[in-house]
Amino acid sequence: MTALGGYLLVAALVFAIGLGGALTRRNAILVLIGIELMLNAANLNLIAFWRYGPHPEALTGMMFAVFSIAVAAAEAAVGLGLVISIYRHTRTTDLDEMNRMKG
Amino acid sequence: MVSTLDQIFVLLKHWIVSLLPAVLQPVTGVVLSVVAIICVFPALFAISVLLERKGLGRMQNRIGPNRVGPLGILQPVADGIKSLTKEDIVPTNADAVVHFMAPVFLVVVVFMGYAVLPMGRNMTLVKMDAALLFYFAMGASTELAVFMAGWSSRNKYSLLGAMRAVAQMISYEVPLLLSSVSVVMITGSLSLDKIVEAQNQYTWGLPHWYIFTPWGCAAFVMFAIAATAETNRSPFDLPEGESELVAGYFTEYSGFKFAEFFLGEYVGMLSISGLGTTLFLGGWSAPLEVLGFVPSWIWFFSKVMLSICVMIWMRGTLPRLRQDQLMNFAWKFVLPFTLLILVDVVVWRFMGEGWLRWVVCSAILLIAYVGIGRSEMLRKKIGPRSYRYAE
Amino acid sequence: MSIVFWILSFLTVLGGLAAVTLRNTVHCALAVAIAFAGLALLYLQLDAQFAGFAQILIYIGAVAILVVFAILLTRGSDTPTDGIFSRTWFAGTAIAAAVFAVLGWAVIQSVHALPHETAAPEVTVNQIGNALLGRYVLPLEIVALLLTASLVGAVMVAMHEKGESK
Repeated sequence: MTALGGYLLVAALVFAIGLGGALTRRNAILVLIGIELMLNAANLNLIAFWRYGPHPEALTGMMFAVFSIAVAAAEAAVGLGLVISIYRHTRTTDLDEMNRMKG
Repeated sequence: MVSTLDQIFVLLKHWIVSLLPAVLQPVTGVVLSVVAIICVFPALFAISVLLERKGLGRMQNRIGPNRVGPLGILQPVADGIKSLTKEDIVPTNADAVVHFMAPVFLVVVVFMGYAVLPMGRNMTLVKMDAALLFYFAMGASTELAVFMAGWSSRNKYSLLGAMRAVAQMISYEVPLLLSSVSVVMITGSLSLDKIVEAQNQYTWGLPHWYIFTPWGCAAFVMFAIAATAETNRSPFDLPEGESELVAGYFTEYSGFKFAEFFLGEYVGMLSISGLGTTLFLGGWSAPLEVLGFVPSWIWFFSKVMLSICVMIWMRGTLPRLRQDQLMNFAWKFVLPFTLLILVDVVVWRFMGEGWLRWVVCSAILLIAYVGIGRSEMLRKKIGPRSYRYAE
Repeated sequence: MSIVFWILSFLTVLGGLAAVTLRNTVHCALAVAIAFAGLALLYLQLDAQFAGFAQILIYIGAVAILVVFAILLTRGSDTPTDGIFSRTWFAGTAIAAAVFAVLGWAVIQSVHALPHETAAPEVTVNQIGNALLGRYVLPLEIVALLLTASLVGAVMVAMHEKGESK
């Protein structure tokens, strides 16, 4: 078990936890939290490969991770705006109740 | 002799570390520096509290505290004993874990900022390449602590105070970062040591501090406004205003936890004054070349205490801003002006040495300041007040 | 595989687990902030200082605050009456466990083929700045456009429309 393998396993674990949270919780905001955990796990993977892979001076892994952080923040903002807008309409954030297409 | 006095703390630390076996040396060096910071800055906090109460008193035409010790000098000691021995009341409905962790988290994060400030020649705790980014990352974490404090008290007024404080801190964080970026653009490095060294040069005996350039002066003013708002000081202290919100987000805290919030606020003030002096006022460099014999750490701490005195002066003079006035000011005046300062820095850098660049850069900033100010005043309809009720 | 790595990994995984299993939504948000902090420290352990500090600044300083504000605006802090997990919780957990099994198996099987430890790269912020405006200028501009679009979009979606009946 090398150091890189350790980091990849931790990233896989955090990804699985985020996926489990996104699939099992009722509150829409907690689903978004799960998605953020998944994105973070992917970032950890990128940085670990950047550090232990060939040519770390090309900065590819770190740049990819930084852009991923920026895009994830933007997506969180839009997603939470959507959740707030839906809450105003249906007065609930419970995903089990939003099972019909009627507006 | 002079350089010995200048480096006296560094030499002291090296001597103590050399007395220990080699395996313990790195850890002891770091621990010594950390202990020094933890002792010095709360002592400065005690001095600032006393200075504030006496200073505000004199500005309001009264004497400040004068009972404890001659001229009230031992007042901070009395305050400390009071906070430590008061009963610690936690409301039954409050979220106990978060209620306990919020002041602890705040104090820890605020003290982390001191790790990168250069307090004298060779006196930075951690020399980092991305030092300024580290400092702002720690500043951003204080917002979460403020929110934790307000929410865990399960009190509508605390929550309202916390939301207002967080909104204010987020709004003023962008101008704070952008006005520091103007300094970074000229120096070409995020490292605070390099920024101070770039300012440590003298022309005809006068220093190259960034506040003496047109863009530096404007950026310093914007930085000062944003810094006062970030630390929730007057005139931006609506989140803790007594007449509006009892005490805002720390209403439900008593005894030592309240003292921790108080400590966090003043230590944050000292920290951001330290950053302001490093970026704009030349850090530990002396004002005139002839005064170079005075130790560098004396200059740093005098500049920090001068900034604290100016903040106390602002508190005693200016009225409090309302929340919407505060947010309007941030997004519609300070932020556009800061963006213009960035353009001005580029003009300064690529215009070449000489008197012309001083004239052009100052003209850009003055015309913009007058222009934006006039347009804001024209938009306001000065007349009888109209009310708009919440939906 | 130093002790620091184990402590930080434990902190991160614990934060993630707390974030998806706690009852109170605000506690979940604070736990995910702990997970973000743990990840930022892991980036620092991997000598990616810029990414680590950017993670703290953006995730803990902005995204966590955003999530908490959204929870407060949607009354998420009132705990629901009939359980916090949805009706299909078993399928969700099974899928997550399967994904972790596959990824873990892939990592363990290929340990001998992974790159070995190299010396820590000396990355200065100067190099990052040059890279951002040199090789990566197109992604930088596109991300700027994306952020502006998402800013305007989020405000439009969540805005109080005038005349909307409540």
